[in-house]
Amino acid sequence: MSQVIQHDEHYDPEGSKIGMWLFIFSELLLFGGLFIIYSVYRYLNHDAFHMAAGELNLTVGALNTLILLVSSMTIAMSTTALQKKQKGTAILLLEITFILAIIFLINKYFEWGVKFDHGIFPGSEYMKEEMSQGEVLFFGLYFVMTGLHALHIVAGLVIMGFALARVHKGTVHAGRPTLLENAGLYWHLVDLIWIFLFPLFYLIT
Amino acid sequence: MENEKHHIVPYRVYAIVLLVLVVLTFLSIAITDIELGSYTVVGALLLASIKSSLVLTYFMHLKFDQPYIRIMVGFVLAVFIAVVIVTFFDYSFR
Repeated sequence: MSQVIQHDEHYDPEGSKIGMWLFIFSELLLFGGLFIIYSVYRYLNHDAFHMAAGELNLTVGALNTLILLVSSMTIAMSTTALQKKQKGTAILLLEITFILAIIFLINKYFEWGVKFDHGIFPGSEYMKEEMSQGEVLFFGLYFVMTGLHALHIVAGLVIMGFALARVHKGTVHAGRPTLLENAGLYWHLVDLIWIFLFPLFYLIT
Repeated sequence: MENEKHHIVPYRVYAIVLLVLVVLTFLSIAITDIELGSYTVVGALLLASIKSSLVLTYFMHLKFDQPYIRIMVGFVLAVFIAVVIVTFFDYSFR
């Protein structure tokens, strides 16, 4: 079995992994704070949150959940493929993950688009006149939290793009897969957050 | 050689985990259809917690990593839960 020959560049897989996890912790606490805000407002505006959640499209939400779950599996499998020295498979799986992420964003675009068409967006006249305080809070949180999550998807696309290029070039390979592993960790974080966003916004109606 | 440091997770494991995650997703949609009052929220959150622990354990490799990462994750979750509890004590007894 051929070991890594290049040693001129510093490579510390354990250190990189700890760094990624520390970043993930900061992200978890960022979204954690938002989840606490959500739960307090929900506690104070119980009925309004129920009514407002009924406006959301459960099918789109469920579809996006499935997309993220599958994409999480494909990026995890991509690391396995790389470690098994199946470079082509690793690239293919990473590309599938990339495409699934884009499909997620397209769904989100149409979902938000329908809301905008109905006059539901932060600061809209319709919301100011027709909605109760609780409903305005619900949609405020909905746009902030799913919006921030969508930004993380965009960042994930960039990271996956880097990983793809490096795997193509061969600088990320079976002997040093950390970049791909960390891209996977980040992507799983995005999945993890959605696992909680989905029931809290779409299911509790 | 590399396997000592790097556990290669078989494709099969990931496929099974995905299957369970999908089943749990549909289950959580199904139980929120039933009128259970406040238990609906508890049920949905419980299923979400099970799903996230599966993601953490298998997809994020906690099961195969050194235990110190698990300990750090546990610590962060404990901090988060403590903040949630303190916040709700505050709001409940105002």
